[in-house]
Formats: sequence, structure tokens, C-alpha cells
Amino acid sequence: MNTQKYTVRKIVFILISLIWVMPIVFSVLNSFKRSGEINTDMFSVPTGESFVGFENYNTALTFGNYPFGQAFLYSVLISVVSTLLIIICCSMAAWYIVRVNNWFTKIFYGACLFSLAVPFQMVMFPLSADASMFGMDTPFTIPFVYLGYGAGMAIFLFTGFIRSLPYEVEEAAVIDGCNTIQRYFRVVFPMLLPVTISVGILEFMWIWNDYLLPYLVLDMTKYRTIPIQVQYLKGSYGSVDLGASLAVIVMSLVPILIIYMLCQKYIVKGIAAGAVKG
Amino acid sequence: MKDPVKKYFPLFVLPVFICFCLCFVWPFIQGVYLSFCNFFIPKDATFTGISNYVTVFRDTSFWHAFLITCLYAIASIICVNVPAFFIAYLLKEKFKGVTLFRASFFLPNLIGGVVLGYIWSMLFDGILSRFGTYLTASPVFGFWGLVILVAWQQIGYMMIIYIAGFTALPEEMLEASHMDGANRFQRMTKIIIPNMKASITICTFLTLTNSFKMFDQNLALTGGQPIRTLENGMQLKTTELLAMNIYSTYQINNHWHGTAQAKAVIFFLLVAAFGALQLYATREKKEKVKKNSSRGKKV
Repeated sequence: MNTQKYTVRKIVFILISLIWVMPIVFSVLNSFKRSGEINTDMFSVPTGESFVGFENYNTALTFGNYPFGQAFLYSVLISVVSTLLIIICCSMAAWYIVRVNNWFTKIFYGACLFSLAVPFQMVMFPLSADASMFGMDTPFTIPFVYLGYGAGMAIFLFTGFIRSLPYEVEEAAVIDGCNTIQRYFRVVFPMLLPVTISVGILEFMWIWNDYLLPYLVLDMTKYRTIPIQVQYLKGSYGSVDLGASLAVIVMSLVPILIIYMLCQKYIVKGIAAGAVKG
Repeated sequence: MKDPVKKYFPLFVLPVFICFCLCFVWPFIQGVYLSFCNFFIPKDATFTGISNYVTVFRDTSFWHAFLITCLYAIASIICVNVPAFFIAYLLKEKFKGVTLFRASFFLPNLIGGVVLGYIWSMLFDGILSRFGTYLTASPVFGFWGLVILVAWQQIGYMMIIYIAGFTALPEEMLEASHMDGANRFQRMTKIIIPNMKASITICTFLTLTNSFKMFDQNLALTGGQPIRTLENGMQLKTTELLAMNIYSTYQINNHWHGTAQAKAVIFFLLVAAFGALQLYATREKKEKVKKNSSRGKKV
């Protein structure tokens, strides 16, 4: 009887899940169609007449007067460097905050919590001006902007975890002759692994998908990330090449889908950890 | 034992502290100050008192965006949370394929707002073209388009939170109610929903703040179109939400920069108020739960 109950549920959910992934399936299918046919007949499988192979992808590589490969590389560079920087610097700061409990760390921690409640719109106009003033407006220096602006979330998650760590382990390490640097990197940091994964995924997904911050900070003629490139294609009305735009979309989805399939469990956990962000 | 960590301040905290001050604290202070100024760039700001705020309160586009955002928040709270709750209810038990179903519901969360907006604007145009119309033809399409898009994106996220809530439900209570002859409906309204209040509160507030902060999807789906020209010659973007209104105010011209910043301050106060309200609501719940039983482990 129990199995029968689940059979009905399974069939229903197979159908709903299929509908759920349809938008992505249609994006992929239509990226292989001739542009003219996408708008008139979006919901058909590309066949004979409408199928153009990888032609759209070829166009997409240089679409919008900007090579897609370059936007892709800048996106990877910015996301990876920023995430690593956030993980290393914020975990160290969080440990310091927990272990050294004085007025300064209390105020700093309070400021981090406060920053969680502040929407980006509040700081974006002054921030974009400051960033160019301090020379943080290139893909190589924008990670420092992300470090500063994303610190609140990471420090909050790291401190919460470090508070639950046993102090005795560190004491033992000190007695065994570890100096503070060794104590942190050899003993404490490895113990942070679960929360490091969560923070890493959360920050990476945020930065990878972020549109407004890089758009305001970077010089768009020289540097574009994938979201900027996609929005640029959408913005340039008139002669929009739908097929090529979809090819750009699909190429930007592929890495995310592959990573999701490989480490789905961690990703769900990591992103759900961001539920506290105001 | 005096902890030797203390003197490592320059290595452990200083890098983050400097970036945090440069990229958050300083722009925040500047932001508050600039909302009382007339400025082109922050350097050449001239103090003008509360005139920016007066302009905001007289600005039709601001009130229109505010109203649309409120309606949109209500619509998305319902359209996200009700399906998410029931999907979580059905997917809470472990049966074959359940991981795959959960994974496919969660998938849209990984896609950036701009890309989502682009995909859906194409889908909606594809559907509406069958009826001889298009997405930006009417504000109604744009509004409900955004609600559908966000439901698609966020149901999976809220589902995860609700599943966590369901797994924490006291099993004995459900069994006891079953033995006492409670039917499905009674169990849902008398046992499950009252015990799920913490999760429901969290998800409702999350959807609320998410809808107020919605920007990327709004920009990519309709970009505020269709545009209506008001009697005073100003352009009103009819599907523009609050966050985007701040941005497009800034884009009008230099004289609007101060007004845009004043809007940003009002926007911040609104979002922070939701956050404070959420903190208050969840804290009260937590205490109550702690008093009643030993359960109380929730975000």
C-alpha cells in the first residue's frame, strides 16, 4: 500500500520536474535554431529547415563587439579570486574576533551584522565613485571590493562556527609548540572545512551572478563579465540576434550545471546558509 | 594564560578591516550625507538640506514603484510560499527519486537574475506571440511575468527551508493525532501548520525582502517597459520596482543624483525595518518553542 502511494506521487513529480526544467530545455533547443524561427515557433524541436547546428554559437563568440571568451575569463577570474580572498581573510578575522574579545572586535562584529541589513542600493553610488578613486575598478582589483562588501556575511557565518569549536585542541597545539600562525593554519583552519565550503559556494554564486556591482565599478568598454554581456545583448534593441543571444545564455549555464551535478549536496547547503542575509 | 593572538591584529584583521571600511562603512556614511546634497560626483557635493526628500515625496514614479512593489511582494509571497510548502510536504519523506526532484526544483536558484530575466522574456514572448501580442505590451503581463519568474526561481529555495522544518516536526504528535481520529485536513490545520510557524515566518520574510530588493530580474525581463508619459512630461516606467526606480532616477541626469540617493536611504530604512521585524518575530517564536519543548534549532 505504501509503495502504491509513492507511485502516484512519483508520476506527478516526474511531470512537475519536467515542466520545471523546461525553460532551460527550451533555451538549449532554440539555441540550435535559425533566429527567425525562434520567435514564431519557439516550442518545437529544431528539425531540417530550422536547425543550424553550431552557427549561433559561432556568432555568439564575437557577439556584441566583445569576445564571449574574454567575458567568461573575467567572470572566472573575479569570482575565484574574490571567493578565495573572502574565505582566507574573513575566516582569519572571524577567529581573531572570537579569540580576542575586546571593544574593537565587538564593534567590528556589530558592524558586520549591520551590513547584512543594508541593501546594495544604499551604497552603490558612493561605492562606484570610491572604487575608481582607489583604483579598484579593474578585474584584478575588484576582488577587494567584494572582500569589503561581502565581509559581513562571511564573518557572521565563520564566527558562528568558530564559537562552537573546542578550545582545548588549540591549547594542546600551543603546548606542543605551535606559534600563532601554525596554530591557525595547521589546526583551526582545517577544522573550519564544513563552513568554508558553505561560505565558498555562497559567495562564489553571488559574485558569479552579480550584475550591478561590476557594471557600476568596471569600465564596460574594456571589461565585461557574463551578466554584463547578457544584459548588454538584451539592451541593444533593434537587430537582436535571438539565436546568438541564446547561445550566450546556454554557454553561461553549462559551467553552473556541471558544477551543480558534481556537488549538488554542498551547493544546496551552502546557498541555504545565506538565508540570514537581509 | 594570556592569549598571544592579540598582537597578530595586523595580519588577521587589518586586511578585511581596511576593505570593509573603504567599501562599506565609508560609502554608507557618504550615502547618508549625500542624500542631503546636490551632487554630480561625491566630491563636489553641496549641502541642500531635506530638499531631496521633498522631491522624493512629490515624485510620482517613486510612489508608483512603491505601490507596484507592495502588490508584487504580496503576490510573490503567496505564489512562492504556498506551492513551496506543499511541494516540501510531499517531498519530505525519502523515496526513490526524491533527491532528483528536489534538485530540479532547486536548480533555478543557481542562475543569475539577468540570465533568468532573458530566458523568461523570450519564453513569454514566444507564448504571447501566439495571441498576437508581446510581453511589454501591457504592464499586467510584465507584473505577472515577474511573479511567475520569481516563483520559478524561489520555490526550490523555500522548499529546502520547509523540508528542514518538516523533518523537525515531532513524530509522536502526528501519530497521536492519527490515533485520535484526526483526518488529513485536521492534522494539517491543527498540528502541522501551528508547528511549522517558525519556517513559515522565515520564508515569508525572505520572500518579502527579496521582492523589495528585486533588481536584476526586473531589469532583464521588462526593463520597466511599457513607458507611460505623465501630464508633466515625466516618463513613468510602469513595471518598475523600487530598487530599479532608484537606479533609473540616478540615470535621468546630474540633478537627480541627490534624489536617487535620498530614495536609496528610504529604501534602506524600509528593508532594515523588515529585517528588524523578522528578528523580533523569530526571536519570540524561538523562546516560545524552547518553553514548550526541547526543539528550537532554527536559523
